[in-house]
Amino acid sequence: MVNSTSFPGNPSLNTDNPTSPHSSQATLLRVENLKMHFPILRGLVFQRQVGSVKAVDGVSFAVRRGETLGLVGESGCGKSTTGRAILQLYRPTAGHVYFEGTDLTQLQGEELRRMRRRMQMVFQDPYASLNPRQTVGAIVGEPMTVFNVAKGKAQQERVKELLDVVGLSPSFINRYPHEFSGGQRQRIVIARALALNPDFIVCDEPISALDVSIQAQVVNLLEALQEQFGLTYLFIAHDLSVVRHISDRVAVMYLGKVVELADRDEIYQNPLHPYTQALLSAVPIPDPEVEARRQRIVLKGDVPSPVNPPQGCNFHTRCPLATDVCRHGLPPMLRDVGDGHFVACHLVS
Amino acid sequence: MARLLEVRRLETRFHTQDGVVHAVNGPSFYVDEGETLGIVGESGSGKSISMLSVMRLIPTPPGKITGGEVLFDGKNLLKLKESEMRRIRGNQIAMIFQDPMTSLNPVLRVSRQITESLQLHLGMSAKQARQRAIELLQMVGIPAAAERVDNYPHQFSGGMRQRVMIAMGLSCRPKLLIADEPTTALDVTIQAQIVELIKALQDEIGMAIIWITHDLAFLAGIADRILVMYGGQIMEQASVHQLYKNPRHPYTIGLLQSIPRLDERRHEKLQPIEGMPPDLVNYPQGCPFAARCRFVIDRCWSEDPQLESVGPNHAVACWVKPQGKEHLLSTAVTNDPSESLGRKANG
Repeated sequence: MVNSTSFPGNPSLNTDNPTSPHSSQATLLRVENLKMHFPILRGLVFQRQVGSVKAVDGVSFAVRRGETLGLVGESGCGKSTTGRAILQLYRPTAGHVYFEGTDLTQLQGEELRRMRRRMQMVFQDPYASLNPRQTVGAIVGEPMTVFNVAKGKAQQERVKELLDVVGLSPSFINRYPHEFSGGQRQRIVIARALALNPDFIVCDEPISALDVSIQAQVVNLLEALQEQFGLTYLFIAHDLSVVRHISDRVAVMYLGKVVELADRDEIYQNPLHPYTQALLSAVPIPDPEVEARRQRIVLKGDVPSPVNPPQGCNFHTRCPLATDVCRHGLPPMLRDVGDGHFVACHLVS
Repeated sequence: MARLLEVRRLETRFHTQDGVVHAVNGPSFYVDEGETLGIVGESGSGKSISMLSVMRLIPTPPGKITGGEVLFDGKNLLKLKESEMRRIRGNQIAMIFQDPMTSLNPVLRVSRQITESLQLHLGMSAKQARQRAIELLQMVGIPAAAERVDNYPHQFSGGMRQRVMIAMGLSCRPKLLIADEPTTALDVTIQAQIVELIKALQDEIGMAIIWITHDLAFLAGIADRILVMYGGQIMEQASVHQLYKNPRHPYTIGLLQSIPRLDERRHEKLQPIEGMPPDLVNYPQGCPFAARCRFVIDRCWSEDPQLESVGPNHAVACWVKPQGKEHLLSTAVTNDPSESLGRKANG
């Protein structure tokens, strides 16, 4: 395992500033064939498994140190489950998650706990993710108490420092969550995530519960913190415009699988998978002249159930280009078609 | 085009424990027949409450429409008896809501929910109404409509439920459809399906539509005219082309600059609107946007600007009315309001 220099210590020591997406950087996180199936149980006393929800079904990707990998897809595609399974909030059904070479899926107890403080999560709903009975000081300080990093006066000082970093007044330390607006609460959540100087943060729809005019504030904050502390993000969202803005690379998920993964500009300018193309064409652009000229690919039908995903390519039921191979052949594998552009489609040569 | 709906100085208040909430503060606007009006605003901007006021669906108490007029086909809806209002609601003006799961009754079959208004407003027999309900479900693209008409709402997916809502809304061929964020809870590919469906139905029935949304990008492709609301007031009113090309209100400008675009060419820092939406209980004096406005002048704090015409079909409620490219693109102006006043534009 590579020894990290990033913890503990002052955040400012933690910047090797690897923010350029094009330089080849060390891989921080590697996900291999990750599967997360939830059992469907029947019966009251003698429960038996009658099926499983294949929320994540064989996902592989790598996240480089200092980059932002955007993970997009529609609701139910497994993007949030992927984020949680990476952090071992769910124990994956199969597959591996290597964090600096250590397989998290093999860790237990104290070893896992020690790794946990290097990985944090920011959730979608800042109203649900803060304990209404705790003060801001207790909320942001809790990770430090749990990991015995700082207590008492030192902890208070650190909390004030963190509040300042996320753009809140340090004088808010004794207030309760209900005294804050949605955007401010999300800043508190971010301060808590930063408390232990993590290397890696999973941002699960961090702005979709916020008002439009507030969203940009949080996006800018996340970008500034990344630059300041050299953070690595997995940015999960359904809003493709925001993902384009914040990500270095983007992975598109559909029904538990990654269907396309490429550099940000590449995937937006040259999407190869029919699903990515449809998804991009459906996103509105705030310009009536552009809108009038655009060709929209409107997909038919709904996303199939992950309990019983379609045979062959799981997108064939909605794909406007599907052929017999897609319907009856093996599921397409995610493969490199050049310059780190990965796509899982039989029709792309 | 004939005027279908005209709202004048509408005012709605909510009396709560914390004080009086100034939800809607005197907007005046109109909708012509067959037109699509977009209303954009954040939560608390009064966009939904305005429309609920038009429909007279404000829960009273705590809410109360305290002033204004709502003229629909020449009649002031606010003066009608509840029984008269019922004849218009769902018949001539229909509304579809954001969350189809809470707007459909979970213990009634879909058939019952669609046929109710058909029997009530159009006087159809149960049999006719059921036949019509099946046709409506077919029209909104629900496969095997004849069987699914007897399903319960939970047996449909989110997109399908919204289609059921649309079928209900259109059942009496309304003159005006109010769509309150009908696609916000849906994924983009399903949103595209619903938008295409509503547009096609609009062409067929010829109804006017009011789209309420918080997503300015979304309106660019569907609206003829747009109102921008903030703090219960209209900040800017313009044709869709004017609004995106030549926004004149600092709030509109701020909104456009704070959303990342899918076709963004290079990575530019977003320019957020600092601060928070106004407190509707202690409603600010002067312009409600003054506290967050980077073009603010002294007058903004004391006097509330009224909508003022700045061109054909374009009106702005702002004392400054910043104009031109230098205000839109330059980041330097953000820090020093005094140099960005653009007084020349004021008149």
